[in-house]
Amino acid sequence: MHAEGLTVALFATCINDVMFPGTPKAVVTVLERLGCTVEFPLEQTCCGQMFTNTGYFDAAVPDVRNYVKAFAGYDYIVGPSGSCVGAVRHQHPMLAAHAKDEGLAAEVDKVVARTYDFTEMLVDVLGVTDVGAYFPHRVTYHPTCHSVRVAKVGDKPYQLLSKVKGIDLVPLPDADQCCGFGGTFSVKNPDVSVAMGGDKARHVASTGAEYLVTGDNACLMHIGGLLHRQNAGIKTLHLAELLAHTESGI
Amino acid sequence: MSSEAVRRTPAPPTGTYIGMPKFAKNAKVQLADQQLRKNLRKATGTIRAKRVDRVAEVPEWEELRLAGEAIKNRTLRHLDTYLVQLEESLVRNGAKVHWARDAAEANAIVVELVKAKGVDEVVKVKSMATQEIDLNEALEEAGIAAWETDLAELIVQLGHDRPSHILVPAIHRNRSEVREIFLREMKLYGTPAPTDLTDEPVVLAAAARTHLREKFLRAKVAISGANFAIAETGTLVVVESEGNGRMCLTLPDTLISVVGIEKTLPTVADLEVFMRLLPRSSTGERMNPYTSMWNGVTPGDGPQEVHVVLIDNGRTKVLADPDGRAALRCIRCSACLNICPVYERVGGHAYGSVYPGPIGAVLTPQLRGTTSDIDKSLPFASTLCGACFEVCPVRIPIPDMLVHMRHKVADEKRHHVGVEQTAIAVAGWALSSSKHFELVQRVAMLAGRVLPGRTHLGPLPWPAAPWTNARDLPMPPTESFRAWWKRTRGESA
Ligand code: SF4
Repeated sequence: MHAEGLTVALFATCINDVMFPGTPKAVVTVLERLGCTVEFPLEQTCCGQMFTNTGYFDAAVPDVRNYVKAFAGYDYIVGPSGSCVGAVRHQHPMLAAHAKDEGLAAEVDKVVARTYDFTEMLVDVLGVTDVGAYFPHRVTYHPTCHSVRVAKVGDKPYQLLSKVKGIDLVPLPDADQCCGFGGTFSVKNPDVSVAMGGDKARHVASTGAEYLVTGDNACLMHIGGLLHRQNAGIKTLHLAELLAHTESGI
Repeated sequence: MSSEAVRRTPAPPTGTYIGMPKFAKNAKVQLADQQLRKNLRKATGTIRAKRVDRVAEVPEWEELRLAGEAIKNRTLRHLDTYLVQLEESLVRNGAKVHWARDAAEANAIVVELVKAKGVDEVVKVKSMATQEIDLNEALEEAGIAAWETDLAELIVQLGHDRPSHILVPAIHRNRSEVREIFLREMKLYGTPAPTDLTDEPVVLAAAARTHLREKFLRAKVAISGANFAIAETGTLVVVESEGNGRMCLTLPDTLISVVGIEKTLPTVADLEVFMRLLPRSSTGERMNPYTSMWNGVTPGDGPQEVHVVLIDNGRTKVLADPDGRAALRCIRCSACLNICPVYERVGGHAYGSVYPGPIGAVLTPQLRGTTSDIDKSLPFASTLCGACFEVCPVRIPIPDMLVHMRHKVADEKRHHVGVEQTAIAVAGWALSSSKHFELVQRVAMLAGRVLPGRTHLGPLPWPAAPWTNARDLPMPPTESFRAWWKRTRGESA
């Protein structure tokens, strides 16, 4: 297998680390199943986008430094979040410039080029779309905005999902429209956020899916929070966790 | 007599844009209007789909966008040169050029020009620049009636309303509302609507046509904006769909055009790119029905007195800001409004500006500054989903610019100690090093142990209320990933 001997550094992301540990664990499971060696550099904290996108650039700079410190030595850095990976690639150079730190900017350029979304790592680097997953359920996938428009993962998630054994993958109406999470938007503009999320939840329910799957747990927490409040009976699951399922369990 | 009675034109709503509350509050009001949401969903959905089809027909669309961006950037970089050239060309063509630093100057110039013609009414082509400076009200104060002749602008004007979209200003109205407005108002301001008026679009359009006809035929002075102003030739360009613009631009003897300085293009050749980008992006048409181009005065043909008022009104300030100047590339196509999921839910009125939607959120606080509640909140009126950038024909990176505007707003509040600043400071500390982060994690995990067996948290009091009023919150797990890794794999990476 391509992956034999490849060492991959896992960027868990802060929200997964604290709230959704199952997701980075699933990344470890899948990558190890494919023959990679996974390491978790403990200096990492966060991509900083919560600060950046709320306008607090100075508060985000330490996160950039931590990221560089944690991952400088690795050729492959993988995060299970289009949004956080997108923020690293798109915003860290801007933040290094904001900090007026040329040394940091040079380091950032290097690690940014080696940072991959989980789906990119599988499809582009390892060249795998069939990861040996088995998931006999009706599933719909929401392509989160930052995974599509910032990280630009394209149709890789669909390539991976289409190879899952037993899956009944159903299309989500208006899939490309934002779910309304938007980080601090969800609390600064709660009514608009909930209105958008409500429409998304309705579209999800209309598919008759048992599971809503995305590559970003933050969006999933928002849509899932609405579905849960409405007792919609639809479960939410990160793509990595779905891919970790095999015929013999996880 | 009330002041209402002496007005010549329908009074707009009271209050000013800048006096409006913050975006989230306005949005809440608009969200409650189910009819509005239905109208908006239908209207934006239709234009969006048309745009996608028309864009798909152009294989070199991305190249065109790059060209549009490059031409606008070059023009803005040398705007001083091109503006002087534009003035020279206009003067050579027999037009009179006026420069206005701000709205007050521009309005004073136009009012004087109209007064000098001895008339008390003008017809208007749809123009964002004149709305930006609130010209109609300045004319009204001077006893001059300004009649909007674009169908949607007419609906807005007769409805004592404000526009809610750049291109489709009455997008928030459905046809039965339009019928009511026409029946109620037209008779007060000119030719009445027929009493058997139905809400069929053709019937409504016919009523508008009849109502406007007498105004066109009577008008001695017309006021327009311009989509483009070509420096090389002194050509002004107006792009429109209904032919009302053509009437205004050709029938009256005097034409006054109010043009933002950023509308300049260097050469006629540059126009080609924009004539392909604009109709497909805005109305989803291959070509717009009416494109009027005029070079000053042509003896014996069309207006014999042509004035051009070039306005700054904050634009040079925007141009001076490297993080903000891309907003001046905007050609007001509205594609970003139509695609925006926030705009689709709340409509244009929530933005407190003649420029709503994503471009309004990024341009308005730059033009007006960030002192009012509404202007401070506009940069946050976006999820940063990025759909606007994807459709923008001149590639304005609206999400990135919103982030920069947010930084500006946050920076201005730096010394204020509020909930947000405190939360950011605490989170900033927690995430500034992995040691802090681990400590915070251990505290967070206690929550899971205090409330065993629960998977979600329901409605919580403030400050969690904005989240939990409508959304459940998952319980934190009892072990973080980091703790799990250390427990199962040891301390090392
Ligand atoms: S910002 Fe771009 S998409 Fe929006 S109105 Fe202006 S040109 Fe059109």
